[in-house]
Amino acid sequence: MTQLDDLYQDTILEHSRKPSNFRLLPDANRRAEGFNPLCGDKVSLSLRVDEVGVISDVGFQGTGCAISKASASMMTESVRGKGVTEVLGLFESFRSMVTRAPGEDFEPGDDLQELEMLAGVREFPIRVKCATLAWHTLAAALNERDETVKTE
Amino acid sequence: MLDVERIRNDFPILSRTVHGKPLAYLDNAATSHKPRAVIQALSEYYETYNSNVHRGVHSLSMEATDRYEEAREKVARFINAGAPESIIWTRNATESINLVARSWGESNISEGDEIVLTRLEHHSNLVPWQRVAAKKGAVLKFLDLTEDGRLDLDGADSVINTKTKLLAVTHVSNALGTVVPVKELAGMARSVGAAVLVDGAQSVPHQPVDVEELDCDFLAISGHKMMGPTGIGALYARRDVLEQMEPFLYGGEMVLEVSYEGASWNDLPMRFEAGTPNIAGAIGLGAAVDYLAGLGMENVREHEKQLTAYALDGLRGLEEIDLFGPWDVDSRGGILSFYSSDVHPHDLGTFLDQEGVAIRTGHHCAMPLMGALGVPATARASLYVYNTEQEVDTLVDALKRALRYFGDGASAAR
Repeated sequence: MTQLDDLYQDTILEHSRKPSNFRLLPDANRRAEGFNPLCGDKVSLSLRVDEVGVISDVGFQGTGCAISKASASMMTESVRGKGVTEVLGLFESFRSMVTRAPGEDFEPGDDLQELEMLAGVREFPIRVKCATLAWHTLAAALNERDETVKTE
Repeated sequence: MLDVERIRNDFPILSRTVHGKPLAYLDNAATSHKPRAVIQALSEYYETYNSNVHRGVHSLSMEATDRYEEAREKVARFINAGAPESIIWTRNATESINLVARSWGESNISEGDEIVLTRLEHHSNLVPWQRVAAKKGAVLKFLDLTEDGRLDLDGADSVINTKTKLLAVTHVSNALGTVVPVKELAGMARSVGAAVLVDGAQSVPHQPVDVEELDCDFLAISGHKMMGPTGIGALYARRDVLEQMEPFLYGGEMVLEVSYEGASWNDLPMRFEAGTPNIAGAIGLGAAVDYLAGLGMENVREHEKQLTAYALDGLRGLEEIDLFGPWDVDSRGGILSFYSSDVHPHDLGTFLDQEGVAIRTGHHCAMPLMGALGVPATARASLYVYNTEQEVDTLVDALKRALRYFGDGASAAR
């Protein structure tokens, strides 16, 4: 498998063509906007967090490359039904997976599951921001920060 | 006709590979490569006469000053500026425009005045004027575009009117390649007494530019886009206009006499060049101008026109992409900006890079224009005199494969 095929795995291309949860929730109680000024990628995220701190629903909309769309789509699938603390921990695992040096050994945690598909991004450092934009936006929404998240 | 293979031999970087493939560098609107003559001029300066300019009585300083001022004369001749004092060294075209905005703009533009720009402008010829307008209570007006990305001249004579104080336009659009009919617009501006600034970042490297013929007051020049080093640019300003302008930066070199209480200003052009300048950069740019003048700018333009026509033909065959800008190569510089709703430009860029093809993807510092085109970003191939039909073929072939790769039948294409 070439580096390119490793980056653009079929599952990732599928997610980018038909993203899951590509909608904004009318009854959201957490929202955030993310923006990558380098490439113009935009993501709007809306969530409903219930009274015990569990993400009961999540949706996103936006424009972006295959990596940013697929990452957002896979993220929404992986965080639904999880508690806020667990999700922030998942973000950390995800971030360390995609930002470690190219070629460096890495033992993914059990928590990543399908998100591991995005590990190929590490060979393309300029694209890491594409993969993390949705996650940074999610963290802002969960921390109830109001400003637009920028990847710069 | 130019001997492109011979030209390519003058550029050491063009023989390198990327991901094991020969480099096809099609990102010249972002920055150009440097011929050996420029690289050697830089090392010669540092190795044999490195010294400050306009300061020492020693031999090295005099040599450096001579070469530095010769470079200014070369740039002046290159754009038919007449006196070399009309050329101010800056860091880049952006700084050149900021110099005009801060110095000329803030003292000549008042409340209610209008500044006319086009919808094509790079952020560097938009944001400085937004700031001037905000500070002075002036109004920005925009010349609109036609469907194919040309300037819509029909409404231009009402946009440019007696309230217009300045017309500030790009000569060639970095985002679409459109060649703006600057001379015609400058004529309209002159007839209402407005000043004219031309952003020459994408024109001066690629075609003959004559400030007398354009009838502009200001021309912003980028060094690194015309084979010169980064960190050096120039501003051409009409001598009589420059005489009336307040300095932009204050400090050493730009003063004549200084007391603890005040200072008087040095002659042109030093009045606008505070502090130790980019001496090596200016000398390197002088070498780049020599190189380009040696090729002949008419020849450079002709080569790029032919190559652009060839590229347009190749891209026309790709149904999945929308190509922006005029199809007629007389109205287009060597810039090809395109978009496919199937594949985001960034994914295209990554795919092409794996094939050794360097293009730019993104908003090209023209976010409002991207909005007007209804796209988040475009992919842009931009040509220079050293590019070949073979490289264009590589681009078109790689694009075809990228469109298959990311298109619906993706797995089958692998």
